[in-house]
Amino acid sequence: MAADERLRRTMMFVPGNNPGLIKDAGIFGVDSIMFDLEDAVSMTEKDSARYLVYEALQTFDYGNAELVVRINGLDTPFYENDIKAMVKAGIDVIRLPKTESAEMIHQLEKLVEDAEKEFGREVGSTNLMAAIESAMGVVNAYEIASASDRMIGIALSAEDYTTDMKTHRYPDGKELEYARNAILHAARAAKIAAFDTVFTNLDDMEGFVRETEYIKQLGFDGKSLINPRQVAPVNKVYAPTQKEVLNAQNVMAAIEEAKRKGSGVIAMNGQMVDRPVVLRAERVMKLAKANNLLDAEGNYIEK
Amino acid sequence: MEIKQTAMAGTLESSDIQIVLSQGSNGIEFDLTSDVMKQFGDDIKQTIEDVLKAFKIDSAMVKVVDKGALTPVIKARAITACQRALDMKDQPQWEVL
Amino acid sequence: MKNNVNREIPDQILNDYNYEGFKSAEFGNPEIQRVAPKVTAQTGPSKIVESVKKVVADTLEDGMTISFHHHFREGDYVFNMVMREIIDAGYKNLTLAPSSLTNVMNDIVVEAIEKGTVTNITSSGMRGSLGDAVSHGALENPVIFRSHGNRARAIESGEIKIDVAFLGVPNADEMGNANGMNGDTAFGSLGYALIDAQYADKLVLLTDNLMPYPNTPASIKQTQVDYVVKVDEVGNPDKIGSGATRFTKDPKELQIAQMVNDVIVNSPYFKQGFSFQTGSGGAALAVTRFLRKAMIENQIKASFALGGITKPTVDLLNEGLVERIMDVQDFDKGAASSMKNSPNQQEIDASWYADPANKGAMVDKLDVAILSALEIDTNFNVNVMSGSDGVIRGAIGGHQDAATANLTIISAPLVRGRIATIVPEVTTVITPGESIDVVVTELGIAINPKRKDLIDSLSKVPGLPIFSIEELQQKAEKMVGAAKPLEFTDRVVALAEYRDGSLIDVIKQVKD
Repeated sequence: MAADERLRRTMMFVPGNNPGLIKDAGIFGVDSIMFDLEDAVSMTEKDSARYLVYEALQTFDYGNAELVVRINGLDTPFYENDIKAMVKAGIDVIRLPKTESAEMIHQLEKLVEDAEKEFGREVGSTNLMAAIESAMGVVNAYEIASASDRMIGIALSAEDYTTDMKTHRYPDGKELEYARNAILHAARAAKIAAFDTVFTNLDDMEGFVRETEYIKQLGFDGKSLINPRQVAPVNKVYAPTQKEVLNAQNVMAAIEEAKRKGSGVIAMNGQMVDRPVVLRAERVMKLAKANNLLDAEGNYIEK
Repeated sequence: MEIKQTAMAGTLESSDIQIVLSQGSNGIEFDLTSDVMKQFGDDIKQTIEDVLKAFKIDSAMVKVVDKGALTPVIKARAITACQRALDMKDQPQWEVL
Repeated sequence: MKNNVNREIPDQILNDYNYEGFKSAEFGNPEIQRVAPKVTAQTGPSKIVESVKKVVADTLEDGMTISFHHHFREGDYVFNMVMREIIDAGYKNLTLAPSSLTNVMNDIVVEAIEKGTVTNITSSGMRGSLGDAVSHGALENPVIFRSHGNRARAIESGEIKIDVAFLGVPNADEMGNANGMNGDTAFGSLGYALIDAQYADKLVLLTDNLMPYPNTPASIKQTQVDYVVKVDEVGNPDKIGSGATRFTKDPKELQIAQMVNDVIVNSPYFKQGFSFQTGSGGAALAVTRFLRKAMIENQIKASFALGGITKPTVDLLNEGLVERIMDVQDFDKGAASSMKNSPNQQEIDASWYADPANKGAMVDKLDVAILSALEIDTNFNVNVMSGSDGVIRGAIGGHQDAATANLTIISAPLVRGRIATIVPEVTTVITPGESIDVVVTELGIAINPKRKDLIDSLSKVPGLPIFSIEELQQKAEKMVGAAKPLEFTDRVVALAEYRDGSLIDVIKQVKD
C-alpha cells in the first residue's frame, strides 16, 4: 500500500471530454479530481477525451489536488491506450473500473510499469485505485485492496453494484450496508483509503448531508462527488469539533514536549499517549487546517 | 502524411473548438471562425499548424469554429482530428503528444 | 496630455470640448451654480394631446436636445414610438440625451444617425448594433458617456440642457401627475427620469393608463409637465424586468460570491447599521443570499441597501435585515411591484443617489459596493465599457458613483472563455483604480496596496487566498496566452467622463 495520509474527503468526477469543466476543475478546493474517460464519454469520443485530459494535465494548474483518471475497463479496446496516455501525462492515480479480482490489478500494474519504462517515468510513481461495482468485487475486496503496493484506495460504485445485486438505490441506503462495510474493512485492513459512492440528486442537499454524515460515521475517508456544489457540505461534515481540535492540540503539545526532552515516551496528564491517539490527533489537525478552523498562530477560531 | 478521410474533432460548446480536416491541394489552408479572432486568431492557427507538422501533414483544408478554447484544448482537438484523418484512431502517435 | 490614470487624451479634444483631464476621485467642496428650466405657464383643465406626432411638431426644432429614460429597459415601446415620428418628420442635428440606451433602442438610433436626425449622443452606455456602429465611426461627433450621478450633475449644471423630455410612465392623470409603481407596465422607481422632469424645458409624458385626477402618489408632478399623450402601450410588461430572479447554480459564480461574502464579513465595515449596494447578475444575487445568512448569524442589520434593486434585497427588507431600501431603479418584477406597498422602499432620484455636485449624495454614506467589470488592470482601473474586441458594449451605470464606497469590491471571473479579465492595461478606463479596494475572482482576491488596513484584516482570514493583482494578471495570462493588442485608428468616437465631469478616457474607432 502507498503509505501516505493525505486527506481524501472529496473526489470530484470531471467528464473527460468537457473542456469547460476540465479547465475549471482546480478552483473548488477538492482533495482529489477524477477525470473520467469511461462512463462520461461516449464510445465515439474515447480518443478525443484521452487527448483532452492528456493536454489538460500538461498545462492546467490543479494546485495540491490529487489527480486521478478513471480509465476504460480491461475488456475494452481503449484500456491499454488509456493507460499509456495517462502514465505519459504523469497522472497521480489510475482508477480501474469494475474491479473484481487481484488479478485485474496485477494486469494493470504490469501495463503501468511498462508504460513508466517506455515514457521515462519513475517506476512505481503511478498509484492505483479500484472501483468495486459488483458482488464479486465486494467479495474479493480485500484481495483487491492488497493486490499492489501502488494501491491507494478502493471505492464503492453503487449504480452498477445495485444492478448486479438485483436491486436499486433507495433513499435510506440499506441496500448498500454490506458493501460499504465490506469495502471499508478491506481498505482498513490493507491500510488504504475508502471512498463512498456518489449521491446523484443535486436538489436534495439534506439527503446528501445525511448520507455523508453516515459514511463518515462508518469510517470512510470521503465521498465521490458529481458537482462542485457538493464540496463544501462534505468538508463541513468532516470538520472536527472544537473539543476534538483542542484535544488534538494537547496531544501535539505533548509530542513536542517529548521531543524537546529527547524522551521516546509521549505523556499527557500523566498518561502515556499511544500511537493510535497520535495518529488521530494528526488527522484532526490536518482536517482543522483544511477547514480553516485555525488562525495564523494555529489557534482554534471561535465561531 | 496524406489525409485519408475527412475527420472532425471537438464540439461547438463554449470553451471548445471544432476542427474539420480534409484533403487539401495547396499546403495548409484555414477557414477560421472564432469568438476571439482579433486577439487569438493567429495563435489558434499556429497551434493547429504545429500539430499538423508533428503528424507530417503538409497539405490540408482546416475548417475551424472556435468557441474560446484554450491552447491545450486546441492542441487536443487537433491531435484527435489528425489521428482520425490519418485513420490511426487506435494507434496513438506517442511521440506527437 | 496624460491624465492621472495615465491615459493619453488628445489636446484637441480637451480644447474643442473644453475638458480637463481626470485628476482624482476627490470632489472637494466647490461652489456650484445650477441652472433652472424655462417654464411655459398654463392654467387649462387638461394637458392631453391627441398624438405623439402633434406633440413632436409642437415642441421640437432642429438642433435641440431630447431625452428619454430607460426604466422600461428591454420592454420599452416609447423610445421607438417617439423616434419614429421624429425621424419621419425629418428633424436634423438633434442631441440624444437618454439616461441610457437599451438593446430595443439600438436599430432606430442607428437609423437616426444615418439620416442625420441625431448628430450627438450622451448616455450611460450602449450595446449591440449601436455600440458597433459608433465604434466603427458612424457618428461624426464623439458620444459622451456619463455615470448616472454625473448625468444628474451635468443636467443641473447646464452641460446637458434638455429641450424636450419624452418620458413614458405606467400611469398619469390628465395634468401629468404620475408614478412608476402602478399599472400593467409598472417598473418601480422613476429615479433617473425625475431629473429630466425637474430640468427639461418641455416635458411630455406618454402613458397607456390615464388615471382619474389627481393621481397619487405623484413622483412626477403636474407642475413639471407640459403635455400628456395617451398611447396604446408604453411597454411590454414581460420584458421590463427580468422575471423571477433565479439563484445561480453556476459553481464558479457561487465560488466568487462566497469569497465576496468572506471579504465583506471579515472587513471592518460589517457591523450594525452598515450599508451596501449590489448589482444584478448571478454572482451579485448570490452575494445577497450569502450576506443574508451572515447577517442572521452575526445578528447584524443593515441601515440601507442602495441603487438598482432586486427581489432578494426586498426580501431582506421584509425580513427586517435591512431597514431601508433607497431605490433608484428596479431590476426585476419582485422589486418593482413591492415599492407601492412598502414605505421603507424609498424612491430616490439620480442626484440624491449619486451626484457628486450635491449637498451630499447617498453614495457618500455607502459602506460596501459590489460591482462587476469587463476588465481590471494591474493599477485596479476598471473597464465596463469596451468589449474584448474594442467595441463599445457596456454602460457606466452607477459604477463610478458607487465605487466611492468605503469598501468597493469588484467581483469578476479571472477569465471569460479565452479572454482575461485581469489585464496589464484596460482597454478603456471608466472607474479609476484609486476607487477600487478589493478584486475577487474564483482563484482568490487582490487588495489595493493602498488599503493596508484591509490587507491587515483580510490576511487573518484562514483559507482566503490573497494574491497581488500582478499575480492574478499573470495567472490569467498563463491560462489564456498573450492576446494580440487591439488596433484602433486615431479617430475618437466616444468620451468617457468621470463623475466630476473631467475626462477619464477616450474611445477610438476600431480598425477591422
